[in-house]
Amino acid sequence: MFACLHGQGNLTALAFEFSPAVEATSADTVTFDVSGLDRLFGLPQEIAGAIARRARETGVQASVAIASNPDAAICAARGFRGTSVIPYGDEGKFLGPLPLSLLAPTPELLETLERWGIRRFQEMAALPPLGIAERLGPEGLQLRVLARGEADRKLRLVEEPLCFEDEIELEYPVELLEPLAFLLARMINGLATRLATRALATDELRLRLALEDRTTHERTLRLPVPSLDTRAFLKLMQLDLEQHPPAAPLVKLWMSVNPVKPQAAQNGLFVPLAPEPVKLELTLARIRSIVGEDRVGSPELLDTHRPDAFRIAPWGRFPACPSLRQTVQLAIRIFRPPLAARVTLASGQPDFVTAGAIRGKVLEYAGPWRTSGDWWTADPWTRDEWDIALSDGALYRIYCGPLGWFVEGSYD
Amino acid sequence: MPAATLPKQFESFLGWQPRPEPELLPSGVAQIDLPRGCLTEIVGPASSGRTSLMLSILAQATAREEVCAVVDAEDAFSPHAAAAAGVELSRLLWVRCGHNAEHALRAADLLIQGGGFGVVVMDLGDTPERTARRISLTSWFRLRRAVEHTPAVLISLARQSNAKTCASLVIECGRTRANWSGARGVSRLLRGAEVRARAARRRIECSPVFTARAI
Repeated sequence: MFACLHGQGNLTALAFEFSPAVEATSADTVTFDVSGLDRLFGLPQEIAGAIARRARETGVQASVAIASNPDAAICAARGFRGTSVIPYGDEGKFLGPLPLSLLAPTPELLETLERWGIRRFQEMAALPPLGIAERLGPEGLQLRVLARGEADRKLRLVEEPLCFEDEIELEYPVELLEPLAFLLARMINGLATRLATRALATDELRLRLALEDRTTHERTLRLPVPSLDTRAFLKLMQLDLEQHPPAAPLVKLWMSVNPVKPQAAQNGLFVPLAPEPVKLELTLARIRSIVGEDRVGSPELLDTHRPDAFRIAPWGRFPACPSLRQTVQLAIRIFRPPLAARVTLASGQPDFVTAGAIRGKVLEYAGPWRTSGDWWTADPWTRDEWDIALSDGALYRIYCGPLGWFVEGSYD
Repeated sequence: MPAATLPKQFESFLGWQPRPEPELLPSGVAQIDLPRGCLTEIVGPASSGRTSLMLSILAQATAREEVCAVVDAEDAFSPHAAAAAGVELSRLLWVRCGHNAEHALRAADLLIQGGGFGVVVMDLGDTPERTARRISLTSWFRLRRAVEHTPAVLISLARQSNAKTCASLVIECGRTRANWSGARGVSRLLRGAEVRARAARRRIECSPVFTARAI
């Protein structure tokens, strides 16, 4: 069963809403396969009604026809206004009154047929095939088959453009994030449904908000793995907008997603559990909203000798684990920022240390160790370090730099 | 009827089932294993070896390809010390709470609720005792309930025990002595520290001594 849309508007997009098998027959005609839609809508009349209803909703002005073959549907859509449903086997009778010019024969053939007095489908259909073959050749025979509504062929399919975006223009500016959440949910659900129908997922959501002050506010959400979890998307977007709110009320929303193949992986029976990526992303977004944007992640050591040099890397994939160390290492707890200290020296070595709540006589010390680096850059560093045991019972690392004495941390 | 059979008959009558022993995670220190699905407290004063023990636990867990998290209330975690202790940093999530114990509590709760972590450490090691004591028992109970029936080990590292009965295991650390080598003022070196870790769990106590090596 095939449907044909003939008219004005975005006919191809409308056809793709109902079927993946779409033929762009001409600039104003689109034909598509609607086999199987009866299970969704019911009778062919109901399918045609659903297509016409959706055409009105999307602003498409077109006549709709449904027939058992594509060419009959095309002829009906071009010949009759409104909605036409041709019953199976009645194609010739239904199309009979239509003028032959609808089939666009060559001017010579049309002139010949007019001289014979053949002007309508039903007159052409009644001619004997043998006589037509003798006088008009294969072109005439094809014209007769089309006029009888018996032509059968496959659709010349067009590729659907993979463009997953949606936009909403608002009548009134939206100021609060709560009403915005409803609009975001609508867009996310729509895009996720479109992705799901093509067995795709997404790993990136882009949101562009047109603001009342004629500026735009753009946000991009990247997920560690492709997903279709609309609730997680909505919550992540909400958390992101709470942290980065638009500067003015918004008047238009535009959202697009990056279509990718969904990730399918089965966990091993003996592989330790790891957090579910999308759920973890949501958890991390919640934690970021509490502690701050750049304060959550995986620590990564920098390739430098500068003390306590690290960066927070985004949570990612895990490499193979190193072999297990069997000894316990003495750890240090870092004071960030380092505690400014007053140090009394005796024979050039620390004798008494006062730094905030830390206060005591130096019982043991090891040092100094002089280190420096990055002297060839704008941010050089140099320091003399000591490990000390204070009379308060704790072990500390102190250092003396260009800015004075500091307690860097305590061994623990 | 023998008196010994009475408790069993009561248990079967009331439908009680003996709680299975939790699976244990080795800490890297002999005799100390941490129960999964439970809250464990590591307590002790400054320089008592608490952080060394904590990093040893994280090293053991990441070597087993488990994903771990450190919720750092006072921003005191040293990635260099962790890497030196054998912790696989790419498997470690570090949440820096910027001197805010309440944020640490909320972050730890979210991580435990999210699931999938092998070890979650809430580091209150440098948090003032008054602030740590202000965390209500309800919050500790909530954390204990959240971690129950999960394979995660929830560790609270602090100066003193705060979770009270919510903790299944309390490990009290104390430095017995620091190891120095070399002549004073010439070639003195901090070699490490000997730490006594007293663990009390279900009326079973052990107090192994381990050495945390600096070099």
